[in-house]
Amino acid sequence: MSVLVYTESDQGVFKKAALEVASYAKAVANQLGTTVTALTINVNDASALGNYGVDKVLNVSNNELDAFNAKIYADIIKQASESESAQVVVVSSSADSKYLAPLLAVGLNAGYASNVIEAPSNTSPFTVKRNAFTNKAFEVSQINTDVKIVGVSSNAFGLAENTGSASMEDFAASIVESNVSVESVDKATDKVTIADADVVVSGGRGLKGPENWGMIEELAEVLGAATACSKPVSDLGWRPHSEHVGQTGKPVASNLYIAIGISGAIQHLAGVNASKVKVVINTDAEAPFFKAADYGVVGDAFTVVPQLIEKLKAFKAQQ
Amino acid sequence: MKILVCISHVPDTTSKINFTEDDSKFDTNGVQFVINPNDEFGLTRAMWLKEKQSANVTVVNVGGAETEPTLRKALAIGADAAIRVNTPATESFSVAKQLANVVKDGEYDLVIAGRESIDYNGGMVPGMIAGLTNANFVNNCIGLEVDGNSATATREIDGGKETLSTSLPLIIGGQKGLVDESELRIPNMRGIMMARKKPLTIVEPIESNQETTSIKFEKPAAKGAVKLVSEDNLDELINLLHNEAKVI
Repeated sequence: MSVLVYTESDQGVFKKAALEVASYAKAVANQLGTTVTALTINVNDASALGNYGVDKVLNVSNNELDAFNAKIYADIIKQASESESAQVVVVSSSADSKYLAPLLAVGLNAGYASNVIEAPSNTSPFTVKRNAFTNKAFEVSQINTDVKIVGVSSNAFGLAENTGSASMEDFAASIVESNVSVESVDKATDKVTIADADVVVSGGRGLKGPENWGMIEELAEVLGAATACSKPVSDLGWRPHSEHVGQTGKPVASNLYIAIGISGAIQHLAGVNASKVKVVINTDAEAPFFKAADYGVVGDAFTVVPQLIEKLKAFKAQQ
Repeated sequence: MKILVCISHVPDTTSKINFTEDDSKFDTNGVQFVINPNDEFGLTRAMWLKEKQSANVTVVNVGGAETEPTLRKALAIGADAAIRVNTPATESFSVAKQLANVVKDGEYDLVIAGRESIDYNGGMVPGMIAGLTNANFVNNCIGLEVDGNSATATREIDGGKETLSTSLPLIIGGQKGLVDESELRIPNMRGIMMARKKPLTIVEPIESNQETTSIKFEKPAAKGAVKLVSEDNLDELINLLHNEAKVI
């Protein structure tokens, strides 16, 4: 009996979500009175997991697993889950984990709750609270199967440090056949992704044209933030689709979301509601975003943003 | 090529979200239902495959009779036939089992479902269909080309995209990018007239366990009023973000 957590990595280094799901798994294990086992695939150094409550790490190392494959990865998690007799399997809400989790659920015949935001309110019956209706409501959901899969919503549970160290074991996993193979990957390696970002700076149609995005990128750089945009901006082709956040775009769950020249259509707000603190900069004091924001500046982005960049640079220099 | 497009019947994106029966059920009162946006991109992509590669397109929904107007709309957009599995859609795993059964029965080559529905946001139906039918699977799909028995799909990943090569039978978790927003189709009068004559088959559900149960819903706590900062006093904004919100 144990709680198994899949701690995912990129190029051998843990993704931001890995330590959060480990923290979550520890909270569940405490409630169940059991231990946490983490599964890693091709990670250089897994020792950090001990600080977040993991008791044992199963390391899979295999060159054939360098490219992510949902079917193969799901099957390896299944093997680890069975070998550990896991009662609960915890995964993140990354694109990769959301890809593999339904396959894992079928493999383990396990009920799966996605977008979970809190530790279980009860373990028997196993009851969790999750985001639904694109952040416009929460659903309290009960998982009825013997093995349960919990997908933890990004940046919802946070990190919980623990003193301890994890024992390390190599895990010899078998690789199932898959007819899906990666031909090419197109990924900006020098930029922080919307999924991993603590801060997201987002621009809307109020910026008037793609040529004005320099200040958005500069503000993002000062804050170590990811850049994003509203739906009209991506529909107009000013910015790539991958930056579109909102109901039909990417969800954002950052600590800080700065919306510049975005009026705040209900579909946009739904996609960014999970962000903890929202700042809006807009010329129109009646823009609906002001009702959803924590802090607001009524003013022209073309004068406010350059000033904000200068002031933030001075602030960062002092820190 | 036989294509099955899974259609979720969901509240319009601008709907007010309320609950009834002691917060245990979604309040449909005054709510407009539409084809789930993520499914609509897939439906349009299927129409192109029909027109250019002579595919046959069936749409399917798991739900009660109240979802039929949504299926008729999909027929009006151009699908050839519709299937309704006659059981309420109570949880994703059961829905996936019903759909997997339809997929096996109809021997579909390509199944396109939205990556998630905009109501329950489970995000698991396409993957579960793939697991249950042992078909190939690409999630968050933003581009798809089919050539004979092989397919090339583009998947959105965190921070970029990747191109995958695979083969039929294939299950797609689709989203915007499969086609662009401007390419979505609105039913015209001829389509609506034709849709009335197209077959809408009702099939009875297979038996299935309830792997998860929805207990109740809650609405987020009301938010406090926005704190406005003058554009001449941006130092105060930085101060608030640093000392009060503690996010920078």
